[in-house]
Amino acid sequence: MAHKSLIDRVALLGRAGLDTVQSMGRSVIFLWNVLLGRRGAGTGFHLLVKQLYSVGVLSLAIIIVSGLFIGMVLALQGYSILVDFGSEQAVGQMVALTLLRELGPVVTALLFAGRAGSALTAEIGNMKSTEQLSSLEMIGVDPLKYIIAPRLWAGFISMPLLAAIFSVVGIWGGAMVAVDWLGVYDGSYWGNMINSVDFYNDVVNGVIKSVVFAFVVTWIAVFQGYDCEPTSEGISRATTRTVVYASLAVLGLDFILTALMFGDF
Amino acid sequence: MSADDAFAVEVKGLTFRRGSRKIFDNVDIRIERGQVTGVMGPSGCGKTTLLRLMAAQLKPDQGEVWVNGENLPDLSRSELFEMRKQFGVLFQSGALFTDLNVFENVAFPLRVHTQLPEEMIRDIVLMKLQAVGLRGAVELMPDELSGGMKRRVALARAVALDPDILLYDEPFVGQDPIAKGVLVRLIRLLNDALGITSVVVSHDLAETASISDYLYVVGDGKVLGQGKPDEMMNSDDPRIRQFMQGIPDGPVPFHFGAPDYRDDLLGEN
Repeated sequence: MAHKSLIDRVALLGRAGLDTVQSMGRSVIFLWNVLLGRRGAGTGFHLLVKQLYSVGVLSLAIIIVSGLFIGMVLALQGYSILVDFGSEQAVGQMVALTLLRELGPVVTALLFAGRAGSALTAEIGNMKSTEQLSSLEMIGVDPLKYIIAPRLWAGFISMPLLAAIFSVVGIWGGAMVAVDWLGVYDGSYWGNMINSVDFYNDVVNGVIKSVVFAFVVTWIAVFQGYDCEPTSEGISRATTRTVVYASLAVLGLDFILTALMFGDF
Repeated sequence: MSADDAFAVEVKGLTFRRGSRKIFDNVDIRIERGQVTGVMGPSGCGKTTLLRLMAAQLKPDQGEVWVNGENLPDLSRSELFEMRKQFGVLFQSGALFTDLNVFENVAFPLRVHTQLPEEMIRDIVLMKLQAVGLRGAVELMPDELSGGMKRRVALARAVALDPDILLYDEPFVGQDPIAKGVLVRLIRLLNDALGITSVVVSHDLAETASISDYLYVVGDGKVLGQGKPDEMMNSDDPRIRQFMQGIPDGPVPFHFGAPDYRDDLLGEN
């Protein structure tokens, strides 16, 4: 390959920057068209229910199993640290706060991006490559309303619920390890938790986080599917991008949201 | 103003670019109402792009696309969706919805655009499937059909709403001789029986010439020639003759643009 001059490299960098900005612009227009405007022909509540099942209900297994194990590990680690200070009775408080504030929303969003987000991208990309989206358009049905909107709403609705289930199962898993196995007193596990968890500060903030993550992850997933190059290679690249962008966005946003919610400034 | 009423589709001064490459340069095409018009040309010359421009899935850089008295590039997004009910399109891959069976695929346009009772939808779907000879396949899923059958189901779906204009994107590609024969017959039959206007975009010479009332040959971003099939077969234009007679080298070169062969083999690099 020919050697590239410095100017060529700068030009390439500039072009990459422009491509990124263009793609961001397209994604905003895309979101605008999906969410706003007149409901088109052929859309309806039944489409949302179908997507809630495939995006939400089918993600339940991975969310419950992961929540259980993460709660158990948290209790085990927390106990082994706290026992040195004689504070092992506070392990319930620690498990609950960690899950509600951080791990519930974040890990759910990461798992959701891997399980449901990648599936959404691949499904939509495949519909694009087999001209199903074009043929919907030609039948006079807007694919943004018929295909994209129900999937987007299903993500918005189901992910906060999955995050709540994740936290509940995690706290229960923590109790199994701490109370049933390591012998922390039942009353102090739950009592400390009840005393220290604040509804607005901890539960509501956690829910806000998971709503934001739900929005971002699902948006990225459906946009990457819709915007992908309609070839098998293009679909595989788009699926990878969904998981990578969504994970990075979740982790970055988590820091910003945590700083806004809990940073004392 | 609006195009002549004798023409279902009228493309005027159309220019379309992909990046810096001009796919069409000031092209004029008129599709006469009630006829089968073939648009032919070598692979990669932008025939499918032309079809998408006619169906307003792409916006031209310049020019007008008049369909039944409306200029498509001027329409808003929602007006376009309304407009498209007048079109039926047969895509190259068939583009059946893979999560619906044959019956539901054909019923889909009826369900979203009409309020017909279920019994009537059933009768219409069965009639459309009967017309393409696949009433027996009503329960099958798209992945259980052969390529030719998929295209016929897609054709039944395309005519479900009795469109004014039917666009066919390479209907004969990858079909065995029997399936080709069936499609050729169906395209002509549907056109005449339903009184619609058909546009067949294809590079399959014999099939397209045999059913078309009028032919356009496109290439190099221009209309190279137009006329009745037998006029085109006997054309003096070397570019049209090369295409119509399948001559490998000529105005359309056999070799893709490359540096001098001798220099490439014996030169310094």
